[in-house]
Amino acid sequence: MPIEITMPALSPTMTEGNLAKWLKKEGEEVKAGDVIAEIETDKATMEVEAVDEGKIGKILVADGTEGVKVGTVIALLLEEGESEADAKAPAPKPEAKPAPEPKAAPAQAEAKPAPAETKAPPAPAAHDSGDRVFASPLAKRMAAQAGLNISSLQGSGPHGRIVKADIDQALAKGGKPAAAPKPDAAKPAAAPVEAAAPIAAAALGKDRVVALAGGTVPYELVPNRGMRKTIARRLTEAKQTVPHFYLTIECQIDELLKVRAELNGRAGDQYRLSVNDFVIRASALALKKVPAANASWSDDGILMWRQADVAVAVAIEGGLITPIVKQAETKGLATISNEMRDLGARAKTGKLKLEEFQGGTFSISNLGMFGIKEFAAVINPPHGAILAVGAGEQRPIVKDGALAVATVMSCTLSVDHRVVDGATGAAFLAAFKKLIEDPLTMLL
Amino acid sequence: MADQTSFDLIIIGSGPGGYVAAIRAAQLKLNVAIVEHESLGGICLNWGCIPTKALLRSAEIAHLLHNLDAYGFSAKDVSFDIGKIVKRSRAVAGQLSNGVKFLLKKNKVPVFDGTAKLDGTAGGLRKVKVEKDGKPVADLTAKNVILATGARARTLPGLEADGKLIWSYREAMVPTAVPKNLLVVGSGAIGIEFASFFLNLGAKVTVVEMLDRVLPVEDEEISAFARKSFEKQGMRIITSASVKDAKKNGDSVSVTIAGKDKSETATFDRVITAVGIVGNVENIGLEGTKVKVDRTHVVVDEAMFTGEPGIFAIGDLIGPPWLAHKASHEGVACVERIAGIKGVHALDVTNIPGCTYCTPQVASVGLTEAKARADGYDVKIGHFPYIGNGKAIALGEPEGMVKTVFDAKTGQLLGAHMIGAEVTELIQGYVIGKTLETTEAELMETIFPHPTLSETMHESVLDAYGRAIHF
Repeated sequence: MPIEITMPALSPTMTEGNLAKWLKKEGEEVKAGDVIAEIETDKATMEVEAVDEGKIGKILVADGTEGVKVGTVIALLLEEGESEADAKAPAPKPEAKPAPEPKAAPAQAEAKPAPAETKAPPAPAAHDSGDRVFASPLAKRMAAQAGLNISSLQGSGPHGRIVKADIDQALAKGGKPAAAPKPDAAKPAAAPVEAAAPIAAAALGKDRVVALAGGTVPYELVPNRGMRKTIARRLTEAKQTVPHFYLTIECQIDELLKVRAELNGRAGDQYRLSVNDFVIRASALALKKVPAANASWSDDGILMWRQADVAVAVAIEGGLITPIVKQAETKGLATISNEMRDLGARAKTGKLKLEEFQGGTFSISNLGMFGIKEFAAVINPPHGAILAVGAGEQRPIVKDGALAVATVMSCTLSVDHRVVDGATGAAFLAAFKKLIEDPLTMLL
Repeated sequence: MADQTSFDLIIIGSGPGGYVAAIRAAQLKLNVAIVEHESLGGICLNWGCIPTKALLRSAEIAHLLHNLDAYGFSAKDVSFDIGKIVKRSRAVAGQLSNGVKFLLKKNKVPVFDGTAKLDGTAGGLRKVKVEKDGKPVADLTAKNVILATGARARTLPGLEADGKLIWSYREAMVPTAVPKNLLVVGSGAIGIEFASFFLNLGAKVTVVEMLDRVLPVEDEEISAFARKSFEKQGMRIITSASVKDAKKNGDSVSVTIAGKDKSETATFDRVITAVGIVGNVENIGLEGTKVKVDRTHVVVDEAMFTGEPGIFAIGDLIGPPWLAHKASHEGVACVERIAGIKGVHALDVTNIPGCTYCTPQVASVGLTEAKARADGYDVKIGHFPYIGNGKAIALGEPEGMVKTVFDAKTGQLLGAHMIGAEVTELIQGYVIGKTLETTEAELMETIFPHPTLSETMHESVLDAYGRAIHF
């Protein structure tokens, strides 16, 4: 029997992905550990490694196929002594089940003189959010412990009830699929945000939007790729469900620039500090000083995070991604700088691991390099706040009753009011400003 | 109907595996026939579960009569007639066998009286030859065949049942007199039930077990509890020992009981051997097929398929646990697969309960504590003694214990082990919970009626989480 290579779950909540590219051809030999394909999810492109050795017998899902369900057999691997003839396409697995066809619809339409309405085919057994999910107590608890979104599973018990075997299977796929994803997908990363409700914009079909624009404007349709869909969903959700308010503060950074120049002067090739590296460190230290600002909302209570995992927005082709400097409060400037350089570079080539960009407790978005003076960012749930950093530029200031010139950087904190009130936000910004304006205190 | 020779499905054997499978097949509109060479209902109804339960009911009454005084009664000249006890047992078996006959008739399942043998294929159909006393009865064909020929007692070399001095379960079930000094070889469910039965009827009983404890498939604590209880009742139990050098002398048998440290020679007037089961794999035409036999049992996959096209096997024939309800369940699942019903789950052996009808009764489901630990579970263990239960004390049955085994991580109920009055009826509560994949939380939230023995089941769960109320 040829070995079935199935669509791996790259995160516990992933239900489908796009098969971006095959890196091996039919007939090619592979060894365990060889990268055989690239899978594109809503977050990133991941490499799939072969777990067994053998020969690619048949590729069943072609390059560029979108929306391939997790668990679908995508290729067959021939073991020693097996020939291409063994690589017949297997019977489709239940996971890959197509939606049932509306039965005998054409015939009926003919017979009926006026088919007033054609009913939509019944939805497959997947669970709509909001419906009751039938699952055994054990299955529910195991799913919760593993961070699995139980409503995304199909039950194999009586009447489609989700039972332990289904959870075991889902975990086995997420943890050790026939072809293993390179990043460690067994870790339940920031699963809750993944399981968000479908976006309200789902009803915005292109015809409707074209009509809203007047109906005659010529256009080109750029397909919504995974990342674009995620940005749309996550930020719509954030703006609709998180009560934002905004606080702006101005920081003089002449001192900071001096310290930076001096440190970079002695660095050799050990590091090259950017202003943003100082902003990351100052944010982390300020979060430590004002822990109430390092918090997330949950229905069960406010989660006061015990470490500052600072996510930094990085623009990449087709969207943006937020790699995380974990426990930034414990890291020095050089460490932060080097780490950020590496994360940024890998972000741009789509090579970040899941745990490197899913999660975090606070975020920073810096558009200073584009000359933006100041702006307000959208909170990235479950974070309680995001700091939008503008350009450092020379501006007139009043110092001791007289006009003077200083390099000033405007920073705007967007705050989730459920978690952080105005005074707390202000206290955070004050602590942040103090660190930025007196950067030597940052070195303590 | 009797003239018909071609079927969708032929089932060979009418025990609790075969006849249940046949009825399910009829419900699913399969054209099904059954072949049986003895009484309908197989060993279970005729020579196993049912008649022994009738006997043990008599033993239970004897047990109560021994303790009449405790309940405020006195009676003189209480005696029993073993002939009547056996007669009642046979009548019960007969009644149930007739019940099976009626059920098969009601479901229009033809029964062929004879022995069946696989006889190759013809036009893609399986051929089955039925004979009775060497004479042909019918040549049948079917798309599929389910082998449900069951199993029989294993014989010990040198201790072959002779029907007179050395008994297998068959002779033990129809005694003409209660042995005075009985040796039971083997302390599994069958051996212990007979030992308990004859002990209650006044026999001197010695049980010899090769392993280091009685009821060796049960949890170790249950084995220890049972042993203590049996010994208190006067049973002699010798574990880690084997029986050899049997010598028959007129109306008695002398044997050597070889223990770990010492051997002894003893004489008994009767010996019962109950040392396991072998599958009935002979003379059913397996030769020349792809059906594999491993240590007298037919090898099947999850779907009870043998690997030979059209041939399935269920029940005792395919191996332990040798239990009627397991055979029935396999029969139903096998037929549903043959009928093309989707989503039939493989049988989970940890959801199969086992019951032993000795005094006190023993019942269990799932993993023992030792097995759970060996499987790598971090376990939570609950205990509750019958002495802490009002109903048990009122019944005069304070001897018993309920043990539960949970996975500490997920709260999954891994196993439940019970000893005491009526536990064979109680265990089903845990079996339902376990099959529905309960965790400790649902069991704790379940309201158990007061006053019942079932409260001990609740308390055992609570105890596993340090919350027992009455102990």
